[in-house]
Amino acid sequence: MAPNANSIVISANALDLTFQTADAPVHALKDVSLDISQGDFVSFIGPSGCGKTTFLRCIAGLETPTGGTLTVNGMTADEARRARAYGYVFQAAGLYPWRTIAGNIKLPLEIMGYSRAEQNDRVARVLDLVELSDFGAKFPWQLSGGMQQRASIARALAFDADILLMDEPFGALDEIVRDHLNEQLLALWARTNKTIAFVTHSIPEAVYLSTKIVVMSPRPGRITDVIESPLPKERPLDIRDSPEFIEIAHRVREGLRAGHEDD
Amino acid sequence: MGKGLPVLTVVAAMFALWYAAVPFMNVKETLTGLERAGAVVTPDNPIERRDLSSFGLVFGNSFAIPATYAQDRPRLPAPHQVAQDLWETTVLKNVSSKRSLVYHGWITLSATLLGFAIGTAAGILLAVGIVHNRAMDMSVMPWAIASQTIPILAIAPMIIVVLNSIGIQGLIPKAIISAYLSFFPVVVGMVKGLRAPDAMQLDLLKTYNASQNQGFWKLRLPASMPYLFASLKIGVAAALVGAIVAELPAGGARGLGGRMLTGSYYGQMVQIWSALVLAAALAAALVLLIGIAQRLTLKRMGLS
Repeated sequence: MAPNANSIVISANALDLTFQTADAPVHALKDVSLDISQGDFVSFIGPSGCGKTTFLRCIAGLETPTGGTLTVNGMTADEARRARAYGYVFQAAGLYPWRTIAGNIKLPLEIMGYSRAEQNDRVARVLDLVELSDFGAKFPWQLSGGMQQRASIARALAFDADILLMDEPFGALDEIVRDHLNEQLLALWARTNKTIAFVTHSIPEAVYLSTKIVVMSPRPGRITDVIESPLPKERPLDIRDSPEFIEIAHRVREGLRAGHEDD
Repeated sequence: MGKGLPVLTVVAAMFALWYAAVPFMNVKETLTGLERAGAVVTPDNPIERRDLSSFGLVFGNSFAIPATYAQDRPRLPAPHQVAQDLWETTVLKNVSSKRSLVYHGWITLSATLLGFAIGTAAGILLAVGIVHNRAMDMSVMPWAIASQTIPILAIAPMIIVVLNSIGIQGLIPKAIISAYLSFFPVVVGMVKGLRAPDAMQLDLLKTYNASQNQGFWKLRLPASMPYLFASLKIGVAAALVGAIVAELPAGGARGLGGRMLTGSYYGQMVQIWSALVLAAALAAALVLLIGIAQRLTLKRMGLS
């Protein structure tokens, strides 16, 4: 557990979310309870339909739970959204094709009313953070997929929210690029001390990145296991060959399998 | 230059077809004129000639073919006759003369431009309303579609007469008819364009707690630009058609539509063709201008 993991940032208690559809109601989330502390790196892993993305969207105030309580920074999720408490990274980079990379990172800053000088400072800082300093004047189509996703992370970091919500941000990238970005993300997390909630369907990715791994299973979407990672905060890529890593990965796999047994 | 050769090939084919059709279209009047001038034509009886097909007449009187290209009032003028008339009525005539096509062309163009501006503004405003207001979303589009199913020829005289009765005449009624035709493609294109951003883009703005206003100016409007320009190209051509149609019932024989109407009254086919060619050239020039504006804008936006 991270050293300063004393204050709880995100707290879900008996959360339910039921979508009313034409034939039968869909239980996207059922009785989900979870606390996320300041500085945690929490991964949500599970098969599709397990509610991991839905849970992240609830935290972001993009979906409204039908039951239970959810607080983000001590506020309701919607209040936290209005207070711009988090940056959200989607599966696709979603950069505006008519804006340069710097212009894309300025988008939230313009919306939030930062001064022009402040905007330029922040753009330079976050571009440096994701190692894209030389690409500010480029348009998105001039960048590779991995670079575009880094730019979208920079965009989410630009306004200094303490929480970073990431919904399968590297899901569409190839293995090598993904490894590299995972390494960079860990370095960035160590430097900024943000609280990160990260949705993935890759076991190695979840184990490599997280201080806490939340295993979920579908129908209804629920948490089946929460694993506190004993791995140190400093993680070189080859830690993935260590016995501890393999043991945690095994436990995650077991959890996923258990979730599937009652299908 | 890549497009030059195919375009020229098509133009050459059209001219060839045009020249080939002229003798058949004009042969009867030509033979009547030649006979009156003392030539021997077969058959020499006008009644028999009337019953014969154009093909029979042309092939039986091949000596008359050159004359079919030089008629004073041809049924189908040859391209060079139209070109000559265009030259005389645009370059040689004083632009303030009632016989100058530049004078008439400007009358039509000014109504087109004003109508296009009104139509574009109305189209964009309606699209913004449709995208942001549920009641407008449900109600406006069926009426917009219905408006375009009414033949413009039927509604144009009504608009002219109604506006005339309240003292509005000249440019404005024509511009309104022009706008009536040009707003529609703009509405359709802009509704599609303003709705082009996907759910993820809208969610992203929601995570920034952006206002609806910010969403419009920063996301929806820029995203709609490619759609807008495609619509404007259709809209400007429709605006020109509207202005010409509006000149038909307006009387006064002003504008390209007026030229076409008087040409048909007096059997002056050359005059009609000249007006047609000029109208086509104007439409092409307007579409070209919008194309240039499109290229510059999208290039500036990094979209092309």
